[in-house]
Amino acid sequence: MRGYSFPALVGRALRGHRGWPRAWRSAEPERTYDVIVIGAGGHGLATAYYLAKNHGITNVAVLEKGWLGGGNTGRNTQVTRSNYFWPQSAAFFERSLKLYESLSRELNFNVMLSQRGILTLAHSHHEMEALRRWANAIRINGIDSEVMTPAEIAKLVPLLNLDARFPVHGGFIQRRGGISRHDAVAWGYARAANALGVSIVQQCEVTGFDIADGRVAGVTTSRGSIAAEKVCICVAGHTSVLAAKAGFRVPITSMALQAMVSEPIKPCLDTVVLSPAIHAYVSQSDRGELVLGGGADGYNSYAQRGGIPLLEENLAALIELFPAFSRLRLMRQWAGIVDITPDTTPIMGATPVKNLYVSGGWGTGGYKAIPAGGETMAHTVAHDAPHPLIADFGLERFETGALIDEGAASGVAH
Amino acid sequence: MLRIPCPCCGERDEAEFRYGGEVPGSIPQTDVGDEAWADYLFARDNPKGLVHERWCHSHGCGQWFHVVRDTVTHRIHAVYGVGEPRPVVDCSNESQADGGR
Repeated sequence: MRGYSFPALVGRALRGHRGWPRAWRSAEPERTYDVIVIGAGGHGLATAYYLAKNHGITNVAVLEKGWLGGGNTGRNTQVTRSNYFWPQSAAFFERSLKLYESLSRELNFNVMLSQRGILTLAHSHHEMEALRRWANAIRINGIDSEVMTPAEIAKLVPLLNLDARFPVHGGFIQRRGGISRHDAVAWGYARAANALGVSIVQQCEVTGFDIADGRVAGVTTSRGSIAAEKVCICVAGHTSVLAAKAGFRVPITSMALQAMVSEPIKPCLDTVVLSPAIHAYVSQSDRGELVLGGGADGYNSYAQRGGIPLLEENLAALIELFPAFSRLRLMRQWAGIVDITPDTTPIMGATPVKNLYVSGGWGTGGYKAIPAGGETMAHTVAHDAPHPLIADFGLERFETGALIDEGAASGVAH
Repeated sequence: MLRIPCPCCGERDEAEFRYGGEVPGSIPQTDVGDEAWADYLFARDNPKGLVHERWCHSHGCGQWFHVVRDTVTHRIHAVYGVGEPRPVVDCSNESQADGGR
């Protein structure tokens, strides 16, 4: 792999940017691998990368039914934060944010992390009390968070209408939170993993599992059977579908989560603003588009498009908060299928089938977890034992009752 | 926008309804193990295709009922009352027909 650097950029620029090599090689499937990772989204690619880098397992294939980063990795709203409530989630997501902070150097690929802060609003006295408790819990977990008064918020976000239908009573900010470029995360991990020997096979859908004596021996795909010692499922919204093919059920409901962008405008919002109560959040991308989102559609769905009633609800809430945005046109609207667990904590680790692992249940907040998700799943697959950070995230918690009821997982209530 | 045929009030917009999730299996006996209870309480089929689900016409007659809907196309195939047997629905899964997307 040729490194990206300033001299390389200047050199190529002088030659008219001709001759940049391909960032990664799209491979043809071979007959056997040590590890197969299903799904070339952020989590799948990161898992493959850390398997190769941290554990020396390079005979790895990442199988993707569509194209690289074409699922939820390319459909989320790029929010990167670690303002979680429970100690287990806080430790995991803080590790992820720390990895994001050095990810561009780690991958030699600019993921454009912008730690512009993420501001969470409260619209009533009671909500403000709950928010204060949440903000304090974050601080006790050793993560930055600051409670803000309405006057401080007005200074930070001048366009915000504090006297909305549900007036802003205050909020809290995690200043290390922000956004990063989601496509770059997928491309960066793909390039770095490929350079270490990982094969990325696109247009290769897993149609079934080869299971003997309760142990996985490989997968059947749209391009033939492939043998593997270990298989890891990283398919977001389709976790239930693949689990069914392997003969077990998971506590997951798939729903459509939509997002949209406005036409590009001059810089006017330099932080991420989120309101759990009225289901809306917004940030401004480097291209000037406002990136908007809210709650998930309220029923099971595998259709990658959102419903109009929820779109209307999201936008009504947003325009009430930011009246200045009311004249903007929407450029695009889309949806991703999110896999929501009962406690909105991910499901990571072993499955009832030996040597088959799952990283799923990411719900509406999997993007921010990509680096730590990949790192811990690689450890789990390599050692056949859960990484300490995800020891409590296993499927068995639904039997023991040790749920991690993480209301902060989505930031907005779903 | 889903248009849901309420058995009492007729076809109405989804905004009038409350979703009750997938229809679960039957309640296990009290003496079964944690595994069976976890499966009943938390595990879901979450099918890509036809799902049997509960809806309540909360802004109408207030009645709960069951709907058979395709989770890819959102087409509603059948509606039946609580306690009624599952209707036989044509299983030519249209989700497969459009490439499974």
